[in-house]
Amino acid sequence: MGGILASIPGATAQGLIWGVMALGVYVTYKLLDIADLTVDSSLCTGGATSAMLILAGFHPIVSLLFAALAGMAAGLVTGFLHTRLRIPAILAGILTQLGLYSINLRIMGKSSVALLRQPVVISLGNIPMALAIGFLVIVAVIAVLYWFFGTELGCAIRATGNNRKMVRAQGVNTDSMKIIGLVLSNGLVGFAGGFLAQYQGSANVNMGRGAIVIGLASVIIGEVVFGARFNFAYQLSSIVAGSVIYQIVIAFVLQLGLSTEDMKLFSAVTVALALSIPTLQKKFTKTKIAPVAAGKE
Amino acid sequence: MLELKNIYKVFNPGTINEKKAIQNLNFTLNDGDFVTVIGGNGAGKSTMLNLIAGVYSVDQGSILIDGENVTKKPEYKRAAYLGRVFQDPMMGTAGNMGIEENLAMAYRRGKSRGLRWGISNAERALYREKLKMLDLGLENRMTNKVRLLSGGQRQALTLLMATLQQPKLLLLDEHTAALDPKTAQKVLDITDRIVSENHLSTLMVTHNMKDAIRYGNRLIMMNEGNIIFDVSGEEKKNLHVSDLLKRFEDISSDRMLLA
Ligand SMILES: Nc1ncnc2c1ncn2[C@@H]1O[C@H](COP(=O)(O)OP(=O)(O)OP(=O)(O)O)[C@@H](O)[C@H]1O
Ligand SMILES: [Mg+2]
Repeated sequence: MGGILASIPGATAQGLIWGVMALGVYVTYKLLDIADLTVDSSLCTGGATSAMLILAGFHPIVSLLFAALAGMAAGLVTGFLHTRLRIPAILAGILTQLGLYSINLRIMGKSSVALLRQPVVISLGNIPMALAIGFLVIVAVIAVLYWFFGTELGCAIRATGNNRKMVRAQGVNTDSMKIIGLVLSNGLVGFAGGFLAQYQGSANVNMGRGAIVIGLASVIIGEVVFGARFNFAYQLSSIVAGSVIYQIVIAFVLQLGLSTEDMKLFSAVTVALALSIPTLQKKFTKTKIAPVAAGKE
Repeated sequence: MLELKNIYKVFNPGTINEKKAIQNLNFTLNDGDFVTVIGGNGAGKSTMLNLIAGVYSVDQGSILIDGENVTKKPEYKRAAYLGRVFQDPMMGTAGNMGIEENLAMAYRRGKSRGLRWGISNAERALYREKLKMLDLGLENRMTNKVRLLSGGQRQALTLLMATLQQPKLLLLDEHTAALDPKTAQKVLDITDRIVSENHLSTLMVTHNMKDAIRYGNRLIMMNEGNIIFDVSGEEKKNLHVSDLLKRFEDISSDRMLLA
């Protein structure tokens, strides 16, 4: 029990970092209604970019900016494939993801790089500090997203995820909105990747594998636990909270003895269950309030 | 106002599903005309409106709005000139967004959208006033999500959105077909009021012959991708439903002869 409690601060810090990525997934999955699989690789692109720049002597904060830019470039490619070449969004994301695998290896020159004794902005070596910085970054990211999605452009992007036909009828280029959304989303994911690499003290080519699932899990846990209500800032915060809860649960089951190799299966099953909640709920309530057939009262 | 010149549109060309939806269509709409459009299922009414709006591109011919050739312009650019209401009440609004957010989207039709705040307080006052005129109580529910509204309320809202920025041309495709008779009547009354108050050039597709005769100053009947009957003014006012039904029968007996 003590071990579990002791692991909570570290898991929380991780949850905040992954929370930035989850917010990126939220932008595409919930706001734009696109399941973007680019993130599984763009997370690593961000991590690799940040790590290599730090090793090259750049300031870790500067490296994070470039990590975000690298992620944005990845999002731009997916957006181009999807909107200009009319490749279905899922496939466009998978193609970018696959291509990025090679690029990520090129960036690092090998499958992983360590940041031993390098300057970083956040590290698991100092959890209280990591918590403080993670918290500040999350607040800043939520503030920026809250502002952006309240602007004319942000409203048009949200509407695009809701009803593309209506948005075009109102004179908005829905393709541009999708591209902006994908760029913004992967920018957040790239930033999160850089942040994560600094926190772990390493970047490796598999660091983003399953990131989309972790992002979706956070979005769903956030919605189920805190409800999709109140204002936009509350919803964004609930996703980060979902991400923290997810990381704590993972830490918990690891401590219960689940091996790290089985972790991905556990995550996949959890998210599959969470995604099916709405369907199961509907089934359940339908049978409960099924109308009495005529003449059988 | 609107000119359609020698328009052709074929769907799925070269396949067994090939469908000549519009064939050599010519049509001129004068400024301020309120035209009702009737015709059997598959006559090409929706296709004509969709071609005007740029949902599909024409195979041949040209489309001019207010003298400007828009044939090659994409849908979202033509939107600057057009107000549209669809048959499906879900189509015209964003259900997950608030009533005022939907109106704010429409208020910026034809304008550039940047990083200014998406809705201002001055706008809210304007929207409240406009919603009050619908007389549906929506002015007290401005932040409600649109998905909570009934089909009729959504159509009335869509109509308001379509005309919030005065369009050069209003396109209504059976916009009351999904509503119950009473609500349909109400939405039609609102339509008529908005159109006449703003002298809007309008194309209104309907399957209701009575409405087609009662509303507007001109009536066209379509068949097999073409306009086969075009009346306006006094002649239109004096039409009876039976006259229109007779014309429909003539078409179908022609078809029988050909078959
Ligand atoms: N996107 C499309 N793809 C293929 N065929 C189409 C498409 N849209 C319309 N059509 C065909 O074109 C013809 C004209 O259809 P349209 O929808 O314009 O008819 P309409 O006059 O609006 O009929 P209704 O009264 O049933 O709405 C029909 O035969 C239809 O099947
Ligand atoms: Mg139709």
